[in-house]
Amino acid sequence: MEIPYTVTARPDTGLWNAKVGIWLFLASEVMLFGGLFSAYVFLRLDADPGSWPHGLLNVPVGTMNTGILIASSVTVVMAWASLKMRKFRAYWWYMLVTILCGVIFLAVKLVYEWPQKFDHFGAFIKKDKLEKYEQYLGNHHLAERGLAPRREITGHLHNKEALHDENVKEYEIALDPVNADPTNPDMDRPHFLYVPPTDKVATIEKEDVEYANMFLPKHSAYFASYFTITGLHGAHVLGGVIVFTYLWLPMGTKLYKRNPEHLANRVEVAGLFWHFVDLVWIFVFPLFYLL
Amino acid sequence: MDASSGLATHADHPPSPGSGAAGDHHDSGHDHHELPFWRKYLISTDHKVIGIQYGISGLIFLFFGFSLMMLMRWQLAYPGQEIPVIGNLLGRMFGPGAVENGVMKAEFYNSLGAMHGTIMIFLGIVPIAFAAFGNFVVPLQIGAPDMTFPKINMASYQAFVIGGTVMLISFFVPGGAAKGGWTSYTPLAVLSDKGPTYDPFWNGQTLWLVGFIFLITSSLLGAVNFIATIIQLRAKGMTWMRLPFFVWAQFVTAFLLLLAFPPLEAAVVMQLMDRAAGTSFFLPSGLVVNGAPLHISGGGSPLLWQHLFWFLGHPEVYVLILPGMGIVAEIIANNTRKPLWGYKSLVFAALVLGFLSFIVWAHHMWLTGMGSVVSAFFQTTTMIISIPSVIILSAFFISLWGGSIRFNVPMLFATAFLPMFGIGGLTGIPLAFNSADLYLHDTYYVIAHFHYIVAPGTIFAVFAGIYFWFPKATGRRMNEFWGKVHFWPSLICMNIIFLPMFLQGMLGMHRRWYDGGQGWTLAGEKVWGLTGFQWNTPISIAAWVMGLAQLPFIINFFWSIWRGEKVNNNPWEATTLEWTAPSPPPHGNFATEPHVYRGPYEYSLPGREADFTMQSEPMTESDRKAYEAAAAAGVH
Amino acid sequence: MNENDQTIATENAMANGHAEHDDHVAHNVAKHIRGYMLVGATLITFTAITVFLSYVNFGTMKANVAVAMLVATFKAGLVALIFMHLKSEKRMIYRILMFTAFFVLGLFFLTYLAWYDPITR
Repeated sequence: MEIPYTVTARPDTGLWNAKVGIWLFLASEVMLFGGLFSAYVFLRLDADPGSWPHGLLNVPVGTMNTGILIASSVTVVMAWASLKMRKFRAYWWYMLVTILCGVIFLAVKLVYEWPQKFDHFGAFIKKDKLEKYEQYLGNHHLAERGLAPRREITGHLHNKEALHDENVKEYEIALDPVNADPTNPDMDRPHFLYVPPTDKVATIEKEDVEYANMFLPKHSAYFASYFTITGLHGAHVLGGVIVFTYLWLPMGTKLYKRNPEHLANRVEVAGLFWHFVDLVWIFVFPLFYLL
Repeated sequence: MDASSGLATHADHPPSPGSGAAGDHHDSGHDHHELPFWRKYLISTDHKVIGIQYGISGLIFLFFGFSLMMLMRWQLAYPGQEIPVIGNLLGRMFGPGAVENGVMKAEFYNSLGAMHGTIMIFLGIVPIAFAAFGNFVVPLQIGAPDMTFPKINMASYQAFVIGGTVMLISFFVPGGAAKGGWTSYTPLAVLSDKGPTYDPFWNGQTLWLVGFIFLITSSLLGAVNFIATIIQLRAKGMTWMRLPFFVWAQFVTAFLLLLAFPPLEAAVVMQLMDRAAGTSFFLPSGLVVNGAPLHISGGGSPLLWQHLFWFLGHPEVYVLILPGMGIVAEIIANNTRKPLWGYKSLVFAALVLGFLSFIVWAHHMWLTGMGSVVSAFFQTTTMIISIPSVIILSAFFISLWGGSIRFNVPMLFATAFLPMFGIGGLTGIPLAFNSADLYLHDTYYVIAHFHYIVAPGTIFAVFAGIYFWFPKATGRRMNEFWGKVHFWPSLICMNIIFLPMFLQGMLGMHRRWYDGGQGWTLAGEKVWGLTGFQWNTPISIAAWVMGLAQLPFIINFFWSIWRGEKVNNNPWEATTLEWTAPSPPPHGNFATEPHVYRGPYEYSLPGREADFTMQSEPMTESDRKAYEAAAAAGVH
Repeated sequence: MNENDQTIATENAMANGHAEHDDHVAHNVAKHIRGYMLVGATLITFTAITVFLSYVNFGTMKANVAVAMLVATFKAGLVALIFMHLKSEKRMIYRILMFTAFFVLGLFFLTYLAWYDPITR
């Protein structure tokens, strides 16, 4: 006996095997990202009021990436529809665009967005030393407006050796606008367009600092969840790109000659996965970039 | 807009006549080209080979995990004394940090404890009860040629092997294997081994996490495959309510694995980030270790780990027990020679069990300071989940009533399962209550409770299943006499091991003491003639004797593969589809497509000469009359 | 590749007796193409709307989150219903997803509950 229903549907369920398989897999993926998002919610609720960072990410770039992912979702569904209509050439082009979209998305993330974060620095001031750095924090002003106090000073670190060298006693930071002019609401986050650090340099003594680091995963619960979730999402994008590339190269498309419906099914299954990856990003984008 | 429904021009084969039960031994003539050894047995995509691979590796891990416990039992019964015979060997294998002059160190004891739990559950029982039996039996029972995705099936086993290997390697890295308990509670687990020589990758806890990711992946691939197979590849006429209960049990189990494991995978990834990238997902602010504040961002939550862990952890309990229940159901029906009592209620109980198991997890967390609202919620759901378990157990007991029981070896193990699981289940009820658990939490009482469910419970069911399906896999039966020599000492030792633990637990002895409670006042109190501490000795001796009692099984197992008594295709005169296939079944399983006409447990059907009627036997006039009479009498 | 392939494919299909059916499917699929484009455009529009709304203060943080999540859910719904064909899927798939939805909501709700109601806070 051969395994039945690999291409045609089983009459009573109306489904072919891979369709059941991919939906089951997606169900487990829902739980995987559900676990990560519930962790995010838990940590965010648990954070001290006002301490969850805002507007640290580049919104236009994020918006662009969202658009790219949405466009690739359209092209992949078009690729599938082309196969269904037996228009192979159209399929080939749509698939190519999809793959390119995935690659651009990853490139933007890995070449631009993440490195930019790794290059940024933040220092959390000890609670009893906040007064000393009032000129950068503007907490009096915030208190008047009934807002939670700031504890972090951010910007570009001039003396990077300070992170490791115990003999260096202070951090020299080219301040972000929000710390350069802390009482000016226009300087406050979030900004739609990325605002680079100013020329104003602050010196912060290490012993006044509770915890300081570059914007790495270990910087804060926010960046920990940002890098973990976008990293895992990026791994999914990579997986999708690999599968699509296989289905686009001759070794994948030779199936078309033998059984075009089978190839259409494979594209549909891979497409379902891709749409799910898009769907996750639809939640990632507002949660990390906007809120 | 459905793409494929129109394509369902399904060729309607005429129903093939039900193949007879007894012995046509020749091959199906389906797949004649011989594959080389390595492709046939090492990277096979055949569900039966994968099932056997899982089974054998699982049994090896099971015995290995048990050996870890036999070592720990020495330390508990004779704390601080030199381990006889192998003490020095252990010292040389694991270094003086683990065993010095033949005496076990506390760290090594902790490693053994953590790895015993991990190996037994994730490398022993899940692979055997779920993956091995599921792979071997389910496609045969539903009349399928193979699993739906044979290559994914193979990948699942390979991921399991990698995960298991990583776990084993972790014993030999500096600092030894993971020692944060099988639950890897944070912050302890995140901080373990973080001494001056800390290597972010090459240490026990990190390797535990890496190994875990592979094991989770393996389970997920397996679960997808099982569910898709049961949905898509049922033979003609195999409607949902004609599935053997074992298939139902595996179906629910697969769903538990599919939906409960991913949140733990998320948690494992986060803990891996905590250890390797220095994040603080599970580390709160202001943590001080050895008097010095930790240089971490903080802002994490240890409770979060516990939530995500037990979100898997509790369904996992049912992952361990449901396949066992399925095996026992098959064997009881077969050996009482009467239909399983209350098939429908069993199926619905299993479904409800699976469903509820997702919303009871926080009963593992009564001592974390949850408020009364949450506690009340989880206490209630925990109470409710005992109902389907009791329905299943009661149905099994009632099935025994009035049967002409054949006490062969599989049946002995299956019958022993019932009271053992009963003890384990009933002793869980005090733990479900918040207030009672405040006292019993983390004592030996808890150990005894869950071991009664998985050790003499699931493991006995697993043994029953091995003896029962062995003829199908090999064409030979295991020796009955040596099976009984295996059964009776195992049953007696199991009870000597775990019954006294209830007493120890009620004395308040903590499960993680490495000196067996030697220095603790209340452990000096006498119950039934021995102090709590002294009870460790008979327990340990029973554990070692039980180790010896497995030798007859091991010898019987291998001896029977080559020398066992040859039997026909249906030696137990069972009714389900797997017994219509040749033993061992060829690639593709069935010569002709099987067709199902009736439910799975048609034993002693009135008007039939044989006391069993196979699912593939077409209806006769006398059958119809018998069913009508039964319906009129309100039976079935 | 080229029309040659298509011819082969069509021949294959004919051989399998699927030719009529293929025409039918192709026609069905062609009908939906405009819909896919429209959904794509809607998604991009709503991405812009989310970004815009995030600079509007709805009073409290809760309200801001609620608005953003509402828009995201709408977008996700479009993707799931149209692109992933959930609008007209088989019952078995719905059942699987119903269970998943229930458990994922349980995970969210109950961890939230446990955070909200500890004994010491």
